[in-house]
Amino acid sequence: MKARDLTDLALRNLREAILRNALTTLGVAVGVASLVAMLSLGVGLQQLAAKRLSQSGLFDTIFVTPKNNFRGMGRTPREAAESNKPPRVLDDDARKELAALPNVMEVNPQVRFFTEVRFNNKPFATVVAGMPDSSKNSGSFDGMQGNFFSSPAADEAILQIEFAKDLSEDTRSLIGQDLVLRYAERQALASSCNGVGGNETGEDTGGFSVVPKELRLKIVGIVETEPAAGYGGYGNARLLMPLQTASTLRAAQVNDLRDIVRDANAKKTTYASLSVRAKSPAQVETLEASIKKMGFAAFSLLDASKSLQTFFSVFDSLLLIFGSLALAVATLGIVNTLVMAILERRREIGVLKALGAADSDVQQIFFVEAGVMGLCGGILGVSLGWLLGRAITFGTNVYLRRQNLNAIELSSVPWWLVGAALIFAILVSLAAGMYPASRAAKLNPVDALRYE
Amino acid sequence: MPNSNAAIHLAHVSRHYTMGETHVRAVDDVTLSVPGNEFLALLGSSGSGKSTLLNLIAGLDRPSAGSILANGQDLATLSSLELARYRRNTIGMIFQSFNLLPRMTLEENIELPLRLAEVERADRGPRVREVLERVRLTHRVGHRPTELSGGEQQRVAIARALVNRPKILLADEPTGNLDSSTGEAILSLLRELQAQLGMTIVMVTHERPLAERFADRLATMGDGKLLATSAAKGQVQ
Repeated sequence: MKARDLTDLALRNLREAILRNALTTLGVAVGVASLVAMLSLGVGLQQLAAKRLSQSGLFDTIFVTPKNNFRGMGRTPREAAESNKPPRVLDDDARKELAALPNVMEVNPQVRFFTEVRFNNKPFATVVAGMPDSSKNSGSFDGMQGNFFSSPAADEAILQIEFAKDLSEDTRSLIGQDLVLRYAERQALASSCNGVGGNETGEDTGGFSVVPKELRLKIVGIVETEPAAGYGGYGNARLLMPLQTASTLRAAQVNDLRDIVRDANAKKTTYASLSVRAKSPAQVETLEASIKKMGFAAFSLLDASKSLQTFFSVFDSLLLIFGSLALAVATLGIVNTLVMAILERRREIGVLKALGAADSDVQQIFFVEAGVMGLCGGILGVSLGWLLGRAITFGTNVYLRRQNLNAIELSSVPWWLVGAALIFAILVSLAAGMYPASRAAKLNPVDALRYE
Repeated sequence: MPNSNAAIHLAHVSRHYTMGETHVRAVDDVTLSVPGNEFLALLGSSGSGKSTLLNLIAGLDRPSAGSILANGQDLATLSSLELARYRRNTIGMIFQSFNLLPRMTLEENIELPLRLAEVERADRGPRVREVLERVRLTHRVGHRPTELSGGEQQRVAIARALVNRPKILLADEPTGNLDSSTGEAILSLLRELQAQLGMTIVMVTHERPLAERFADRLATMGDGKLLATSAAKGQVQ
């Protein structure tokens, strides 16, 4: 029989027992809805985590530090040959070499230091990070309150929202106000010794003294993401300032003491770490390998993102299993409905066979009926699942707002999920229709015609 | 040896089955030839095996022994798919209880064999109208079977059986659910259609007087065996 006639007959049969078939379809819809709702939460959470991480600007960045041969107490020593080799210094030559690597967009020193911020005569301890001008377009500052730095050398600050909340409950009112940054400045000691201890200052001494200094900064923006998250010695930086401004402060950094005692190359600027930005996250892996070959330690969040992907794959699989349980129950409903239909339409099946229907024609009619229930249940279920996801997101956001937290997009129903759910619903329904369809096809026409 | 003019030739056909512990010989060693364009009436009491024999000719059942040649095809050698095709293209069937699908209109019921035969949609309408005219039911188009009288329902069933232009029409007690005058009208119609379309008719009935009037030949069965065949006496032309 032609597909159109087959579908026409199947739809006619479904309409005949509309209530029973509608209830069965609703069962499929509930199953698909639970599946879609579960997976939409999984996908939403994954997207949320990925977005937060990518906004931190860390996915296309490789952090380069000199190799450290220091092994703490109780740790296994590295091979003797390696430990005897002096680690390569991260100096201007190395910086130029790194910048010349293929697919490198820029190389910036990491400037991070502890500071005490004075605001309204109250002290607040935090970490400052210098942000390169290019970070403006990284996506980290999208949706920020206020503006990005007016120039690469401006005396301006952008606050991370949590730090801003420490300063004032009304964070928006902070924009335009001044704060005072207190930091430790290195000042060169007059000496003829080698100039080390660096950070682009190139002090021509054998050491330096540390002097407290102050700098007034104007708050120009507040950001909810963490553009300088996590890596570089001090943890998350909560006060951001232009990298150029931060570099000129000559603030004492973590590598200063190490460099002062190391017999490094004379009169050369050294860096505690450099951040190398790749043109795209896809190139991070090869770039990281190249940097390691150059003799530096390199770290990127690529590994972390891979772990994240693995975690979400397992998480989504679990959600899929639990979501599928309801659908499995719904398939039993399809089997039951179609078996009942065979009993009711036994004589009709006999008539069809007497008129020349092949076993496969009868089988296909039942298959199409199961498939149509799956398709309708799938469409309804995807819509219900989407609504359920929105409802969960809405409820969560009401709670978060009450806790003075920002709203989040908890669920997401991408097109692939819609397509996959529909295909899954149809396939499962067809599988459920296999037994009844085969039973109907095998009916003896003589017995079926005799059936009252 | 089969008659070369025979539309149907049964040779030593048996259909045995077991019901519980009883071995039933529903059809037992029947040999019969039905020439083309003949109207044969199968007579016999209830349980004589006439309906079983009709089902065997229709390809709805397979014989336990013997062979059935119908329209040149040996039914014993056909696969189940080929048997379905044979029923669709060679056979038309009508039943005592009409067996129309109640949720379909008269037109849709008649169209059903055309759907199974994958006839193009554009050709279906004219063919349905043609058979409706032949059974004189064009005024009932759009009605459902339950809205028709018994005689009309049987005429719809005849139209449905004829729409695929079969060579053989098999009728299982076509007048069994009808009053005598309506039954007579139905058989008269069958006879008329046979003359117009040129086909072989095998009709199962237990109404000998009607069979005598309308059939060409009578075959009487008893206990699964073919007891006798004879020419009908008062044939209506």
